Amino acid sequence: MPPAPPHSTCENQESTSIQDRIHNHPCYSEKAHHHYARLHLAVAPACNIQCNYCNRKYQCANESRPGVVSELLTPAQALKKTLLVSEKLPQLSVVGIAGPGDPLANPQRVFSVFKTLATQAPDLRLCISTNGLALPEWVDELARYSVEHVTVTINCIDPEIGAQIYPWIFWKNRRYKGIKAAEILLAQQQKGLKMLVERGMLVKVNSILIPGINDHHLPEVNRFIKQTGAFLHNITPLIAKAEHGTYYGLTRQREPSPEELLTVRQICGENMNVMHHCRQCRADAVGLLGEDRNAEFTLADLDNHPDIDHQAVMQKRMLAKTQIQAALTNPTANYHIPLSSLKTSKNSLKKYRSLLVAVATRGQGLINEHFGHAKEFLIYEASAQEIKLLRVHKTQLYCTGQQECDEAETRMHNILQGLAGCELLLCAKIGYAPWKQLEAAGIQPNSEYAMVPITQAIANIYAEFKQAGKLTLSSQQQAS
Amino acid sequence: MAFSIIDSCINCWACQPLCPTHAIYEAQPHFLITASQCTECAGHYADPQCASICPVEGAILDSTGHALNPLGSLTGLPA
Ligand code: SF4
Ligand code: SF4
Repeated sequence: MPPAPPHSTCENQESTSIQDRIHNHPCYSEKAHHHYARLHLAVAPACNIQCNYCNRKYQCANESRPGVVSELLTPAQALKKTLLVSEKLPQLSVVGIAGPGDPLANPQRVFSVFKTLATQAPDLRLCISTNGLALPEWVDELARYSVEHVTVTINCIDPEIGAQIYPWIFWKNRRYKGIKAAEILLAQQQKGLKMLVERGMLVKVNSILIPGINDHHLPEVNRFIKQTGAFLHNITPLIAKAEHGTYYGLTRQREPSPEELLTVRQICGENMNVMHHCRQCRADAVGLLGEDRNAEFTLADLDNHPDIDHQAVMQKRMLAKTQIQAALTNPTANYHIPLSSLKTSKNSLKKYRSLLVAVATRGQGLINEHFGHAKEFLIYEASAQEIKLLRVHKTQLYCTGQQECDEAETRMHNILQGLAGCELLLCAKIGYAPWKQLEAAGIQPNSEYAMVPITQAIANIYAEFKQAGKLTLSSQQQAS
Repeated sequence: MAFSIIDSCINCWACQPLCPTHAIYEAQPHFLITASQCTECAGHYADPQCASICPVEGAILDSTGHALNPLGSLTGLPA
């Protein structure tokens, strides 16, 4: 396969071998996430710890948040689902197991799935996401099935803080609570991380930003994991609504604001790769990041569907991959292109301010989504130096019932809040009423770039704005 | 001398593989314990395994009908 072309500034610095391993993983490569699909197999019901942001009782098809699934699969059903999804979505490149419990608290089920996939779908990348408690015990087994991508959730390295996040763990046939529990868990996470790195596996560390608990501590976590050799740090905001019935939800623990999240990501980003495109997927998510087509693949469908030839679907996937790679090497599809047309210099960074642009997309890196259908907006920051994805705003992340979802006004209010600071909104199409509302809020809608690659459109607009003098900083601003 | 699982069980499978006497089985609407097989883990472990991993307060009862993990004992939430 041809080496992936250079793209994001941080991915650029990675060696070719790492590029080979991440170029088609939507979670590890921001560029890949526009094109390749992932499938999460919900085969791991049991968990060996309790987190204060999780409620094991929750099983709801309306909920899209991590750790939640509606249907548990047996290993045989999981294989069939993988084949069925490949048939409909040949751009599938990654199969992960993330729950709904902890994969490594269900080793028999999980490794039986990996074993079959390794023989029947060797082109698929396998990954797991774990709390780390049982990780040291299973690192070698993961390596055996070429599981190259492992995500470990590390919210803290200080047991005092851990005790406020984890009420108990189950360890060596006993339940531990309080500080002792946190000590064991954190030590296991750290040991597991080291072992993965020693074996050359790519480790993503997830940290959940919990205001007042670990917000000031996360830079320390970041330094530690960087030192140990983790590849990517993914800091995600706490989700804590009372209706979820979690400890944090019921005790009114505050969720972080988008600004708080950005600040912590920025502090940590100075130190290592920090992920900005995470969608906090459910443990049974299917499709491109940002979309979830799990509802198309229910247990009933699986059981009724005739057997699928795994060789034939692998051919389909290979073909899709060739097409995506060809599209990606096409220069007009480049991501994170530096605005070379602007002849960047340190000076111009001082002279021109940056611009925040919201984009409605349904994948392929194009501006191809109707404003009214957008489930999320990608928020890009264009500066004289580069265009980068800052964050993702979900429009109705946690549907709490039909009524609320249908209320256009609530949705609009939420969008306006989420897009605060953006000067433009690029989409494929937009109705008259929302156009007016956005304009009134100081966000200029624009559908002239329908079907144009995102970064190309933003580059054009940035150049136009610059030409028109809209981005020039006053001498006072330049001095500060 | 036997434990029992009641309807607050969420069918999470955590207890089933841990039982040293294979007393726990999947059933509808929730997991169950074969009373004649449950030894309360005596002779195997210091702590009964099912009650040590179960995430749901009140889901497993001892032979006198008392919750092994009473309300508030696991989540720290007021009962
Ligand atoms: S107490 Fe022990 S023997 Fe009885 S059901 Fe639970 S795990 Fe099995
Ligand atoms: S651990 Fe508790 S909730 Fe889970 S299956 Fe066993 S009894 Fe049910």
